[in-house]
Amino acid sequence: MLDSPDNYRIEYRSVGKQFVNIQSTGNHDEFIIAVKEVDLAVRDGEVVSLIGPSGCGKSTLLNMGSGLYQPSAGDIYVDEERVDRPNAHVGFMLQKDLLLAWRTIRKNIEFGLEIQGVPAIIRNERSSELLEKCRLSGFEEHYPHQLSGGMRQRAALARTLAADPSVLLLDEPFSALDAQTKMILQQDLAETLAAEKKTALFITHDLAESVALSDRVFVMSQRPGTIIEEIDIDLPLRENPLARRHDWQKDVAVYVTRLMELLHVGELASEVEI
Amino acid sequence: MSDQTKAKPNGIQGGIGASIAVAVVFLIGWEWGPGFFNIPPYIIPPASSVYFEFFHAIEKENLFFHTGITLLETIAGFIIGSLMGMIIGYILGISPKAEFVFSPYILALQIAPKVAFAPLFVVWFGFTVYPKILVAVLIVFFPIMVNVLGAIRTVDPDMVNLARTFNATRWQIFKMIEFRDAMPPLFSGLRIGATLAIIGVAVGEMVGGSEGLGAVLIFGGGSGNTALTFVAIIMLTVVGILAYVAVVLVEKRVLHYLPRSEFNSI
Repeated sequence: MLDSPDNYRIEYRSVGKQFVNIQSTGNHDEFIIAVKEVDLAVRDGEVVSLIGPSGCGKSTLLNMGSGLYQPSAGDIYVDEERVDRPNAHVGFMLQKDLLLAWRTIRKNIEFGLEIQGVPAIIRNERSSELLEKCRLSGFEEHYPHQLSGGMRQRAALARTLAADPSVLLLDEPFSALDAQTKMILQQDLAETLAAEKKTALFITHDLAESVALSDRVFVMSQRPGTIIEEIDIDLPLRENPLARRHDWQKDVAVYVTRLMELLHVGELASEVEI
Repeated sequence: MSDQTKAKPNGIQGGIGASIAVAVVFLIGWEWGPGFFNIPPYIIPPASSVYFEFFHAIEKENLFFHTGITLLETIAGFIIGSLMGMIIGYILGISPKAEFVFSPYILALQIAPKVAFAPLFVVWFGFTVYPKILVAVLIVFFPIMVNVLGAIRTVDPDMVNLARTFNATRWQIFKMIEFRDAMPPLFSGLRIGATLAIIGVAVGEMVGGSEGLGAVLIFGGGSGNTALTFVAIIMLTVVGILAYVAVVLVEKRVLHYLPRSEFNSI
């Protein structure tokens, strides 16, 4: 039943993307194929990770999912609507917090709502709720530079959630944070996603992070990127990654080893040694 | 944040003392130096005679009237010049096509020494305040336009994309991101403009007319009253400092959200 298409929140159907190579010297445009033949679907309430070598087109996939640009081939559907421009169903979060320096934390959280023309009273209600949920109470009148990196990223998450998207697209949201802050934020994110029953597609470089946080992991190949493996993470406690890491240490390690093999991490390391 | 503003370190207090000492040594050198080296007072008048000339000029030469004229021309030139610089800078910033079309001419105008236009403007507008204001406008315009244009160009594209994922219109992106993001460089431009405006006005006044500190300067030089030229130079500097301080005060209010370390001390 889970596989019936009406349960898909976001769906990539044989999606491909090529860019014109701006460095090409010939008279004809040369194309760089970023991704090809990507089939990927995320069910309602599911958290799915996307891992792969640098430059394999993961971010390209996410940018297309958010409607910032169009695929060259195939289609993307969010809530069964074809994505042909940015839309309110999709929330987007990057490694950079992208908080606006001249807005207070509250005003930053309300940024998306303000663009969408939501009245001030409702904006205020919504941001108060999220300040509480993202443990930012007491900092609503602070400016971004007054907050730590972890808090800024929590504010960015709050801004993403404020617009109440049905799918969150997260592009390495924690990769700029130190190891401890990162684990705390992973915990926050997992709890929030579970509590709000949100669907998420999550890019990461951190293999342990992908195992700790998701229901499924998609592995991508080198460019031209395509999906080479899909792994179900058959472990409990998705809403509590710290406990998952702790109570299921061995199983997490087995999954990480499997992912390392798929990405040829060992071979690349030995090449470096030579 | 509050602990950053408290208690200046001892190094800075010592620095203030040294700064005052420099001023004292300078004044002593100015007062007795020329006599010591046998420099006649019509070449370098000693500090005291400039001091007395200041009061004399207030009475006999209407110094404050001329200072007021210069101040008003500077303010007018600065405000008009910076508004034009901002508007053109924003327009060229959001329209690469317009920048491509206009940039060669803007570059040429930028290189041309603006003060050289002063005699031309006097021919056009006579001995009025307008040539002075116009030279100031021209001279203030460029640093502000260039700063705003550069700032719009370097707005983080991810920031714009973020707004686009919320379905922002072009106008919203400008109003909520580009316009605000260009504020700190705009104020750097305004600081430069504030110090340049007085140059434009002074040159304009020196070229034609009998009002303003530039005219006082020419009159003092022509009549062998060197002390009066010193008084005029000092008053021009005071007007320039007033303009600069005004910009810094506005900047502190508008850019209050920036960390303190990002403010220049001067």
